[in-house]
Amino acid sequence: MEKNKKWFSESTKPFGSCRSYNIPLYQCPQFLFLVMGVIIILAIILTYSLTIFKVGDPRVVSLIILVITAILLVLDYIIVNSFERVAEAAKMKTEFIGIVSHQLRSPLTNIKFSLEVLMSGELKNKIDDELEYMKILRENTQRMGDLINDLILVSRIETGEFPLNKLPLDLAEIVQGIVKKFKPFAEASNVDLNLKIQGNTPKVLADALWLEQIAKNLIDNAVRYIKGKGQVNIFIEHNEKEIFFKIEDTGVGIPEAEQRYIFKKFFRSKNAIRHQTEGSGLGLHIVKKLLEFFFFFIWFDSKEEKGTTFYFTLPVYRGEKIA
Amino acid sequence: MAKKILFVEDEAASQKSLGFTLSNTGYEVVSALDGETGLRLAKSEKPDLVLLDLILPKMDGFEVLEQLKSDPETKEIPIIILTNLERMDDVERALALGAKTYLTKSSYSLVEVVEKVKKALGDA
Repeated sequence: MEKNKKWFSESTKPFGSCRSYNIPLYQCPQFLFLVMGVIIILAIILTYSLTIFKVGDPRVVSLIILVITAILLVLDYIIVNSFERVAEAAKMKTEFIGIVSHQLRSPLTNIKFSLEVLMSGELKNKIDDELEYMKILRENTQRMGDLINDLILVSRIETGEFPLNKLPLDLAEIVQGIVKKFKPFAEASNVDLNLKIQGNTPKVLADALWLEQIAKNLIDNAVRYIKGKGQVNIFIEHNEKEIFFKIEDTGVGIPEAEQRYIFKKFFRSKNAIRHQTEGSGLGLHIVKKLLEFFFFFIWFDSKEEKGTTFYFTLPVYRGEKIA
Repeated sequence: MAKKILFVEDEAASQKSLGFTLSNTGYEVVSALDGETGLRLAKSEKPDLVLLDLILPKMDGFEVLEQLKSDPETKEIPIIILTNLERMDDVERALALGAKTYLTKSSYSLVEVVEKVKKALGDA
């Protein structure tokens, strides 16, 4: 019932998305589409009445109408499309500023406050306490650095300036390295992190850096979005043609209604924000774009409160020439 | 007896630095790292003042504020918002819900936050 009500109220707000774009009505793509539709109908009626009196031959009349309609439709499509893109970009810019300013501001505040304590000269048990505050400084500069790296990576992927160094690699070995790095973080979060490899994984032709990035982002998400005690299992299997990667967690899951947005830049699901206020909404976007860059795909299953499983496959390297 | 301040903030680093400065000033500080815990502690600990962040896990600061102000037992406790949200509507919304003061983290130093706390408690 609740669901139906929501759907109804959304469908009665045809220009609702314009409000989210934060642009005036006359620039709203949906509104323009409607206006163009009306103009097309008027133009057809006008052409019809003009030609029917001047030309007379019904076949010529319909041909003229057809040609004019086609031209108007193409024009309509181009105009609306370009406005839509402008609107999308404007919305992205607002989201970008919102996320970035918050994600940068939090660590910046931590640094500011810690520096103030350090410089106040009020720490009594000096060396130990000072060290603790130094650690805060280090962690928070790292946090800011990570966000900036992610932003640069996203922008490089978008402009296609992504440095590539394709080599035959062992996915299992790379994932093992990342899992090892994540063990202390997983333990600190009360998460049991396991890796199961079906022996002798064949090589894959890929860039080590982006394989690491993909594995890192997926493992980080899996561990981070578990409430309390939980489990993350990673499987690497293969057949003759493909290497199969699967990571399942017992985390908060992705609400069904939001599943189609999770690869969008800056998008974070509501329950993810509720569980963890920190996050840029870039991790999964980067994973998907990196895989797409090489024509590979990623998919997932998720149930809210139960957990999520991500999968991707990579083709086995058979000694092809390296481009 | 030292006055009690409930500090609801999910950033452990901010908890540490501001918590230290407040207890150094002579206040007793009770910490909560999420909204739900904050609300529970506000009811059980009966603090003299609540310092509340707005972006919080489990229950956001606006909701905590609303619930504290609607409960006769807690509605008299002065609440100071200390957050990174700097939008005009956030400020207006929090003040309309009954917050006493709204401070943005980027504009105040620890010492200045403590001054505001003292003022709200009538210790200045």
